[in-house]
Amino acid sequence: MLKVIDLHASYGAITALRGVSLEVRQGELVALLGVNGAGKSTALKSISGVLRPIQGSIRLLDEEIANKKPEVILRKGISLVPEGREIFTGLTVEENLRLGAYTSYERTRYQNDLEEVFTLFPILKERFRQAGGLLSGGEQQQLAIARALMSHPKLLMLDEPSLGLSPTLVDQIFELIHSLRERGITILLVEQNAERALEIVDRVYLLKTGSLEFSGTPEELKSKLDIATVYFGGASDAEREVSL
Amino acid sequence: MIGAEFIINTISLGSLYALVSLGLVFVYGILKLVNFAYGEYVMVAGYALYVLTAFTPVPWYLTMTLAVGFAALISYVTELVAFRPVRTKSLTAMLVTSFAVSVFLQNAALLLVSPRARAVRLPSWFNRTITVFDATVPLRNILIIVTAAVLLVGLTLLMKYTVLGIAMRAAADKFTTTRLMGVPANLVISAAFIISGTLAGVVSIFWVGRSAAVDPVIGMAPLLIAFIATVIGGMHSLTGAVVGGFVYGLLFNTLSIMLPASVISYRDAIMFVIVIVFLLFRPEGIVRGSYTEERVG
Ligand SMILES: Nc1ncnc2c1ncn2[C@@H]1O[C@H](COP(=O)(O)OP(=O)(O)OP(=O)(O)O)[C@@H](O)[C@H]1O
Ligand SMILES: [Mg+2]
Repeated sequence: MLKVIDLHASYGAITALRGVSLEVRQGELVALLGVNGAGKSTALKSISGVLRPIQGSIRLLDEEIANKKPEVILRKGISLVPEGREIFTGLTVEENLRLGAYTSYERTRYQNDLEEVFTLFPILKERFRQAGGLLSGGEQQQLAIARALMSHPKLLMLDEPSLGLSPTLVDQIFELIHSLRERGITILLVEQNAERALEIVDRVYLLKTGSLEFSGTPEELKSKLDIATVYFGGASDAEREVSL
Repeated sequence: MIGAEFIINTISLGSLYALVSLGLVFVYGILKLVNFAYGEYVMVAGYALYVLTAFTPVPWYLTMTLAVGFAALISYVTELVAFRPVRTKSLTAMLVTSFAVSVFLQNAALLLVSPRARAVRLPSWFNRTITVFDATVPLRNILIIVTAAVLLVGLTLLMKYTVLGIAMRAAADKFTTTRLMGVPANLVISAAFIISGTLAGVVSIFWVGRSAAVDPVIGMAPLLIAFIATVIGGMHSLTGAVVGGFVYGLLFNTLSIMLPASVISYRDAIMFVIVIVFLLFRPEGIVRGSYTEERVG
């Protein structure tokens, strides 16, 4: 579904991605892992059009989308839940969701989507008319995900959805991601919490200072780490990164 | 001392200034740009009034509608040809552009019409005095109150209940995230400029109606008032702009009647002292808004 080939991106003089290639297939849940500053968010920003890549190809269902505007890429079917949730704090929960449905709005469909959101996130029904800024961190994360789902994306990208949440809420978020995947939604997940992510994903990419260090299944990643531990009697680079 | 006349005239002046500053803040909220060309939108509407009243038999209501529409159009066109190409550049580039647009439009008026003022004749009832609550005031002072009330209610409904309004509020808060919802950047920015120009056009009718003349630099005063009012009221919300407009009107009229004749000419200086006091002690203005400083990327 999504195919990224040799992606380079930078912030002015700072190079953040040096030739990253990755793929997400229909119905897959794929994790993009790496330590702080590895370039995970930069990758998602480039795919969603927030940041213009300097080189490389990004294809959604065989259509080139690199260098397109964020609003165009959203219409093509990629929805990003940005790092830090980015809730519209001055808008109500209702208004946040209404904007999420900006491109997909049709009265009856919208009502149905809202009902579905309320089953997934009962708290949002309670808080429907409250300002987004009054929600707790966990509630805001739920709103951010719900908002992204309103556009019926082909691919949902989540940037550190568990960041800053209490352990119980982290459990809930991972359960939710798992259940979204079960519903057939294709997901690209960026996480710091590698251990939890590895439990639910189909495949993993590991980024290190802007380049791919590993790609494969969670089992392969774990066995690679095990071997490294056996042979060198300590954590490998990869393991240190994953456990961070 | 505070009679009905003072109250009506103050509400009337406040209404006008509220519309003046609202027009500036609509664009500021989304682009974080103080548009120095804003006064020129008032100016071009003034010249539209002049041309239509002096050279055509167009009835007054059509004249006013066309003048407002012309200001909205010019505002939109400046966005399209001048601001859009530099939008993703630095804020300085945007400011310089807005200076350039301002100077360009002033010079266009200078060359196409005249550096000298032109008389604008609105219908005579517009400036006729009427008596309400024992107060004798020009009819236009009542009309501006009604007009401002209608526009404020209308804009509130637009911002609260239409998806465009919601998107504009969202864009003023988090521009990039709004685009991630699928809202086109150009749509909200164009809408802001069109609303800004419309408000400038409405302001122009009352501004030019009062002075009965238009000249190339007529836009300087409204720009300055909008700027001062938004510093007082708060640049980070539409409410702040409206509050600032009314507070400015109240301060101005109060100073006008309180100051002895010998110091009345320092009234503007005193207004600026008040602005400096606000900038020092409450730089966010009376109303703390929710707009962030995130720039359009
Ligand atoms: N807006 C920016 N301006 C300049 N440099 C940036 C900017 N954002 C990120 N960078 C740099 O780009 C590199 C990659 O950053 P990125 O945000 O993609 O990392 P990340 O993997 O998402 O990290 P984290 O886990 O902390 O979110 C880092 O070196 C970072 O300092
Ligand atoms: Mg990040």
